[in-house]
Amino acid sequence: MSVLFFAENIEGKFHKSVFEALTFASDTAAKLNTSVVAVSLGTVDAEELKKLSGYGANKVLNVADAKFNTFNSALYASALQQAIEKEGADLVIMSSTFNAKSLAPRLSAKISAGLVTNVIELPDTNNGFTVKKPVYSGKGFGLFSINTDKKIVTVAINSYHVVGGKDGNVAIEDWTPQVNDSDLNIKVLETKRQKGKISLPEAEIVVSGGRGMKGPENWGMIEELADILGAATACSKPVADVGWRPHSEHVGQTGLTISPDLYIAVGISGAIQHLAGVSGSKVIVAINKDPEAPFFKAANYGIVGDAFEVLPKLIEAAKKIKAHA
Amino acid sequence: MKILLCASKTPDTTTKIIFSADKKSIDANGVQFILNPYDDHALARAMDLKEKFNGHLTVIHVGDGTVEPILRRCLAIGADEAVRVNAEATDAYSVASQIASAIKGENFDLILTGRESIDFNGSQVSDMLGELLDIPSISFVSELEIDGNTKTLRRFIDGGEERLSVDGPLIISAAKELAEPRIPNMRGIMQSRTKPIKVVESNGVKPLVELVELSAPDKKTSCVFIDVADAANLIEILHTKEKLI
Repeated sequence: MSVLFFAENIEGKFHKSVFEALTFASDTAAKLNTSVVAVSLGTVDAEELKKLSGYGANKVLNVADAKFNTFNSALYASALQQAIEKEGADLVIMSSTFNAKSLAPRLSAKISAGLVTNVIELPDTNNGFTVKKPVYSGKGFGLFSINTDKKIVTVAINSYHVVGGKDGNVAIEDWTPQVNDSDLNIKVLETKRQKGKISLPEAEIVVSGGRGMKGPENWGMIEELADILGAATACSKPVADVGWRPHSEHVGQTGLTISPDLYIAVGISGAIQHLAGVSGSKVIVAINKDPEAPFFKAANYGIVGDAFEVLPKLIEAAKKIKAHA
Repeated sequence: MKILLCASKTPDTTTKIIFSADKKSIDANGVQFILNPYDDHALARAMDLKEKFNGHLTVIHVGDGTVEPILRRCLAIGADEAVRVNAEATDAYSVASQIASAIKGENFDLILTGRESIDFNGSQVSDMLGELLDIPSISFVSELEIDGNTKTLRRFIDGGEERLSVDGPLIISAAKELAEPRIPNMRGIMQSRTKPIKVVESNGVKPLVELVELSAPDKKTSCVFIDVADAANLIEILHTKEKLI
């Protein structure tokens, strides 16, 4: 069972989530005694492509055709189908990005391959092929068996540790798949990405505020602590609903589901819907005035106190630690 | 304009999830089932477009008859008719396949789903259905406008958003930004009682993926409390003990 890895680039660069999923692919391939072929679609320079081998790709297929510089699920699925045939791959692995969550289902239906998205652990291959993913928006886990010959797995962001430093000199093969003109019917008019901000799903540390922050004018403290810690900022649903913060920061059952190494919740009570979105965090810190706040039941560390009293102390202490680092 | 909404039934967001003894489903005792919240956003946008273009909105669901109150609510909000495929929604592929079979030859101009269901969180049905129907699919859509044959959209991408346009039939999955959910009014509720819910039989598709078992998250070890006066110690613990900062 050989493994095909889709290495998705963002404006010609591979991000951490790609190396994470590639490490996952490489470890899966090792379990199955096989190798990993990474496929890159769109313009990426040779130096960037070389990085893929450092994280475990045994071969890189480089599709430099500029038609692939913007994402199109049908176009990408067709290219991957051809790569699967060319390489004789039976298992396709990619990171659970927005694009991949559109591409993987399209490919699944195209080649009748069972698909599980947001997988958080290496597949169990002892008896069939089973994978684990969060379900009920983080309120539980599901173990799923993929019974088809061809299989697709997308790896949840921040769920697997990146291991680099592998042999960085594997073959890069330029390759041109056939393109169906009918797949080119989506026009990208404009792409906007926030520059210089840590992307919330990828962030290792997240500082999040709730109604306990009392108003948008008080978010300076959340942002300051986040800045010092190199963290992303997030918020609870009520805060996004009243417009104190943008909806893009809302984590919870109907917002983003995140699994950072450290989640610091300030003035968030910990409603079941919010906890569902952050329960994958490795360490949770809750700061709340109310000792009965449900968040303390889910937290590893808690401070019962007013955010306006606690945050300045944390900021000061964090500054000291970073000054010594 | 013919519009289709794919509707999924999920437990209410406030539900405390308890798994059944066979670990194959949730204990439905006392659980309130609702229209998947993202589908509700999709429904609202579908209604805006139906009203703007004097279109026809069909709602489709794959599952058993217990969904009726949810379909009636969609009809009360303004959908013209509902279709229920009488089959078990075993995996995303089987749902997409059942819908594709049920609407064969219907040529919808626009099909909408929610970006994911809040039970299995797969985000799969819309793009699978796009492939099965051989029409473009665009997911995580936050804006959708239609002008003649051209649809202009905004969708989420990693780290930002993208604006796109596409001509012809399209399937999208809705982010919650697409539209604010509507609430049925009394007139709509009265009218919904006589609107048709058509039942279609299963196409016999086999699932590609099987649920083995469900499990609850591990219980966190109990919370270590730090006194407000010693708040700085928290940073020290996160630095030296947890090695996170």
